[in-house]
Amino acid sequence: MSVATAHDDHHDSHDHGPPKGWQRWVYSTNHKDIGTMYLFFALFMLFFGGAMAMYIRAELFMPGVQLANPDFYNNMVTDHALVMVFGMVMPAAAGMANWMIPLMIGAPDMALPRLNNLSFWLLPAAALMLILSILAPYLFPGSGGPVNTGWTLLPPLSIQNGIGMDFTIFAIHMLGISSILASINIVTTILNMRAPGMTMMKMPLFVWAWFFTALLLIAVMPVLAGAVTMLLFDRHFGTSFFDAAGGGDPILFQHLFWFFGHPEVYVLLLPSIGVLGLVIPTFARKPLFGYKALVYGMGVLAVLGMVVWAHHQYTIGMSLFATNYFMIGTILISIPVGLMLMNFIFTMWRGSMTFETPMLFGIAIILMFSFAGVTGVMLAVVPADMQYHDTMFVVAHFHYALIPGAVFGLYAGVFYWLPKWTGHMYDERLGKIFFWWTTISFNITFFPQHFSGLAGMPRRIVDYSIQYTEFNMISSIGGFLFGLSHLLFLYIIIQTIRGGKKAPDKPWEGSQIGTPGLEWTLPSPPPFHSFTQAPVVK
Amino acid sequence: MNSDTPSSAGQLAAKNRKTIRRLWLVVLGMFGFGFAMVPLYRLACEVGGINGVAGTPAGRIAAASVMPVDTSRLITVQFDSTINSGLPWEFHPLERQKQVHPGQQVAVKYYVKNLSDQPIVAQAVPGVTPWQVTQHLKKLECFCFTQQTLQPGEAREMPVYFMIDPAVDKQYETVTLSYTFMNTDRDAAPKPEQHAAMTRRIP
Ligand code: HEM
Ligand SMILES: [Cu+2]
Repeated sequence: MSVATAHDDHHDSHDHGPPKGWQRWVYSTNHKDIGTMYLFFALFMLFFGGAMAMYIRAELFMPGVQLANPDFYNNMVTDHALVMVFGMVMPAAAGMANWMIPLMIGAPDMALPRLNNLSFWLLPAAALMLILSILAPYLFPGSGGPVNTGWTLLPPLSIQNGIGMDFTIFAIHMLGISSILASINIVTTILNMRAPGMTMMKMPLFVWAWFFTALLLIAVMPVLAGAVTMLLFDRHFGTSFFDAAGGGDPILFQHLFWFFGHPEVYVLLLPSIGVLGLVIPTFARKPLFGYKALVYGMGVLAVLGMVVWAHHQYTIGMSLFATNYFMIGTILISIPVGLMLMNFIFTMWRGSMTFETPMLFGIAIILMFSFAGVTGVMLAVVPADMQYHDTMFVVAHFHYALIPGAVFGLYAGVFYWLPKWTGHMYDERLGKIFFWWTTISFNITFFPQHFSGLAGMPRRIVDYSIQYTEFNMISSIGGFLFGLSHLLFLYIIIQTIRGGKKAPDKPWEGSQIGTPGLEWTLPSPPPFHSFTQAPVVK
Repeated sequence: MNSDTPSSAGQLAAKNRKTIRRLWLVVLGMFGFGFAMVPLYRLACEVGGINGVAGTPAGRIAAASVMPVDTSRLITVQFDSTINSGLPWEFHPLERQKQVHPGQQVAVKYYVKNLSDQPIVAQAVPGVTPWQVTQHLKKLECFCFTQQTLQPGEAREMPVYFMIDPAVDKQYETVTLSYTFMNTDRDAAPKPEQHAAMTRRIP
């Protein structure tokens, strides 16, 4: 692909820089600045959610109740999940979308720059609400105990919870509106703002991945919003959507939640698959194997993902027909998932590979995410899941799915694009140390949880019986190491922002291979306004 | 931008507006779909029976029919009672278990008392374990068929008449029939946090 760029030097005369001071950020409509804010917000939430995880692992280090009461423990489990899912992974992925999609497809900005500002600024407000929901039992004594339902917010407990639950519900409303607005923006940008010649089938995989992610969000976020709205009505306005005493059905909430919840796990996964689709060809120096198959595979995944939700509910007593349907559907999911992994493996096959930090993450993701696929198929099988459900085995499964599948994908993206964003190369040696440190400590943390789960240790319970002690101690030590590794991550990011070797326009030798975006035609860092004149892709 | 004339900013804006309008329709539609699930789910449960692994729900009145009594075997039926949080009632069966022949009509009584100083309307929700027996446990009369109102301090004995269909598989030798009573007026019901015993105060 050859690109005729028309962006460079000639438009200096009207290239006004960013406004100075705080106004640059608060009133920002610039996709790069908003992307940066998203990324910093996610980084902050990573440490916030991580602190809660450290508390959880400290509490589980030994059997018995050591640090706080069971309700507080369950509150931490709930908010750890909400913060990591809605506050960390989704904003980080949205930050990358904001930064990269316009650059990749040659658009001057997002289609709706001011809406973009709103979708970002809803996030800190929602985070504040979540923090209030944690503090509510202490700020308003007598208003009820902590939110202790788990991130699934299941009634009847969520109906009985105190005022903290109301803050949680409002936080979810705001987060939901934020991601719906962002998704509408992204889909519109991808459909309408591509540079001439940038056809859909020439788009980098990351753009495709976000296209499906945004469509999924548009389809399922409103359902979650509806469900928590009904919850709010049940709590305060005397309705009985989910209250059995009044003729409602608590199971209905589970269906609504998981109708959102299962597609949501693909929302977390797909952007990272998109990053893999750039990182692997770059460092294997070979075009993506089966680009089209990957695009269709992601589409199939998104559609199938919407109709298998009740595999989270095998134990509620559905009819055998319904249970069988959801089992078969869920097992079918492993076909597109397997196809995507195979494509990445074939891309590396006989490539001339080098192992920079993003590539190390890429390879580790393929290995460890496959493992989550295997435990996933185990969980999909109804008679087996009757045993595994609500044990630490499920916790192990979804942490193997989400930490490699979503979080490491984002880390790969951070290292891949830091040179483009900051104009500086990061310290490759530190990057590699960070990679090995996180990967090893992640496995120490979560691998033993498969065993404690198979042995029957339930999840979401503050205490456990003593035969699980060794597994939990190993897990906790791994957890602390994993947490600690992120200080190095922070250090690398700050160091790279502040200086370092100057990054060339194409920091990676292989970045132009396959279906690259137009971001590599711009200097590193790109100017405040880019592609004010559309480039032409031939 | 994708058009051939990049200068047509107005055209692009119009195109964007069209896309956005369509996407908003999806958002609103899906928000409505969530609410539409409430009646649809009920319909799916009643017509398709998707929520009952047991087929028929345990709360249904069975047609009174005469079944041959199978005196060759005995099934132990255990009676269980639970009070949902926020219902200040006393509630328990008068006998814990009974040996019954399949096909034999059985009567059992539950005792219930309102411990509060207010009239309370409550609803009992039944359950049968193991679930495979649910469709074979036929109830002719049950306090769970209707809501129960108790005046302050009022006590009552409530009967359940049922029989177990002889068609039930031989492997089921013990069956548990359980009831959970729920307050129909959630707002009047004391919140669980106010039961000092249920939640420890935060340090
Ligand atoms: C081959 C693909 C997969 C299959 C067959 C599968 C299957 C399952 C099943 C059956 C459960 C329910 C277990 C239970 O609660 O008893 C489950 C839970 C879960 N899965 Fe997967 N899964 C797959 C991939 C993924 C992916 C890609 C992600 C995310 C990126 C993911 C995230 C989760 C999460 C977060 C939960 C637990 C939710 C909760 O209960 O809080 N899974 N999975
Ligand atoms: Cu799922």
